[in-house]
Amino acid sequence: MTAATLERGLTALKEHIDAPVAAFFSSCVHCGLCAEACLFYTETGDPKYAPIRKLEPLRRQWRREYTLVGRLGALLGLIKPLTDDELAEWAHLIYDSCTMCGRCTLVCPVGNDLTYMIRKLREGMAASGHARKGLVEAAKKTIKLGSPMGVQLPALNAQIRRVEAEVGLPIPVDVAGVDYMVILSSMEVIQFPEIIGALARIFDRAGVTWTIPSSGFEATNVGIQIGSRDIAEEIVRRVVEAAEKLRVKYVISPECGHAYVALRWEGPNLLGRPYRFEVIHLMELLAKLRAEGRLPLAGKHDQRVTFHDPCQIIRRGGIDQEPRDLLNEITEDFAEMPDAGIWNWCCGGGGGVSAVDEAEHLRTKVFSRKMCQLDEVHPEQLVTACANCRNIIEEGLEAYNKDIEVIGLTELVAEYLAPDETAPAEGGDGS
Amino acid sequence: MTSDPAMDLLMWARGPGFQIATVVLLFGIVLRIVEILALGRARDLAPPKASPAQSGLRTVFSRFLPRHGMAMRSPVIHIGGYLFHAGFFIVLLFFGPHIQLFEEGFGIGWPGLPSPLIEAVTVISMVALVAVLIARVRDPVRKLLSTFEDYAVWVVTFLPFLTGFMAVNKLGLPYTWMMALHVLSVELLMVVLPFTKLTHAVTFLFARYYNGWVNGRKGAAT
Repeated sequence: MTAATLERGLTALKEHIDAPVAAFFSSCVHCGLCAEACLFYTETGDPKYAPIRKLEPLRRQWRREYTLVGRLGALLGLIKPLTDDELAEWAHLIYDSCTMCGRCTLVCPVGNDLTYMIRKLREGMAASGHARKGLVEAAKKTIKLGSPMGVQLPALNAQIRRVEAEVGLPIPVDVAGVDYMVILSSMEVIQFPEIIGALARIFDRAGVTWTIPSSGFEATNVGIQIGSRDIAEEIVRRVVEAAEKLRVKYVISPECGHAYVALRWEGPNLLGRPYRFEVIHLMELLAKLRAEGRLPLAGKHDQRVTFHDPCQIIRRGGIDQEPRDLLNEITEDFAEMPDAGIWNWCCGGGGGVSAVDEAEHLRTKVFSRKMCQLDEVHPEQLVTACANCRNIIEEGLEAYNKDIEVIGLTELVAEYLAPDETAPAEGGDGS
Repeated sequence: MTSDPAMDLLMWARGPGFQIATVVLLFGIVLRIVEILALGRARDLAPPKASPAQSGLRTVFSRFLPRHGMAMRSPVIHIGGYLFHAGFFIVLLFFGPHIQLFEEGFGIGWPGLPSPLIEAVTVISMVALVAVLIARVRDPVRKLLSTFEDYAVWVVTFLPFLTGFMAVNKLGLPYTWMMALHVLSVELLMVVLPFTKLTHAVTFLFARYYNGWVNGRKGAAT
């Protein structure tokens, strides 16, 4: 990263303002409805968290640079340029109290995509040196070590060997020419390695050829969260290089919200070219295998479960029905929370907020929204499809003294795979 | 030639005044649209899951309806907002004398609504505007977001209703004065529209389309 300066930040803002941004700011009537959609406002009642207000620095820059009235105002000294102090003050609003969950985008009556603009505003914040320290550290670690949590190949290998012993199936690494490449988030490797075993069992049963790459296995992309095109591009490039070297047909975006956005939606634009493979989200793949009859399921989970839609997968990713179909198939008692689906509330830790120390207190406070949702259905278990959501929800439940188990959907699916009747019996021919 | 300042003002307002206002309105709207389109946007290289343009167009219309749970959370803004917007277009387009102006200007007319109905709509619109103003001042979010422009624009939007109502009902100033003020208040609205948040009257089409485009191509609900 080159040294961050105010000038670089303002230039970055200028570069990221496009026709949609201009249309959005031109149309805002200050109706305040975006606040009603934002858990940072609903749970605190503090008007400063109104989403459109978080965008004030970007609006100022747009007005000053790209409107006739604003340019005249600037010329007459009536519209002042942004200062370092102002950006520093706004860091709390832009990084600590926005998970880029996209709910405000969905309610705006004039149709403003506020989330789209926060993503751009963060580019200016990072370039001017006002990104949060936690994210800057995570970015540095990712560039240097390959992962925001410092997870390197030896750690992954250790987990792979452990999982192999546990499930009795080989975990292919660096196998070229297979159909699918699996990438993981550090959170999964460290905190939830059972996902690797679940994938091995599902793919074995479905006859899917797959591999994990020894480099470029990190799915999370802190560049997207901090707001740095360069970092985001570098992280995506590692995955793309691995996939193209191994000549896979698909890369599976794992149970991680923003990793999907980074790889599936932003990646080709960051690299400036389409991929030579397809990106498929794990939920999409499971649904596809199920539809093809390659994922035989048996038995029903008898615990009362609910499903938490990760924001980046549902609202910013368009994956809605797939997890529900799977859950309906394998559970007896699946209860939807109020506002489930596209209107689900964020866990409070997305968009990089979970990596920001300054946000920790606020994040726990706004988890009260999830508690309200849970109190309507009283599940024994909460199922989700994002390791970060999972971690944040576990922490939140602990802070609120609530005894609900949090599990990943893929693991639950793996538990209900139908026994393979064609498989050789234990201690069979041994070939 | 008699000198009647009220008539002179009305004639100016209906003549040169209206022409100036129309030119400013049209120039301003074109300027604002150019300001948006000139910025352009990058081609999206990620393969779409659904038609972006279709989603964009759908979103232009779908956002006319209240969004999930929002009407309950901000009832005054919703009810007041709908009533005012509907009232504005009903009075503008279906009041007999207004239709006559359109007929003079464009050569096409259409049937109007009975005057008592138009008057009722006018009163409802004004009440709705007062309600949303109160909701603006009392709600901490809207209060914080509001600048001088929000209040100035409110006045500019309210005046044509008020002056029109007063002129028709022979209230306040003599009729000719009142009519002149009414026409001038409309012209003020026309002149400020492109340079304030009132420009949303046109740019909301772009905003909604872009929103639908960006998110719809991901297959996400908009």
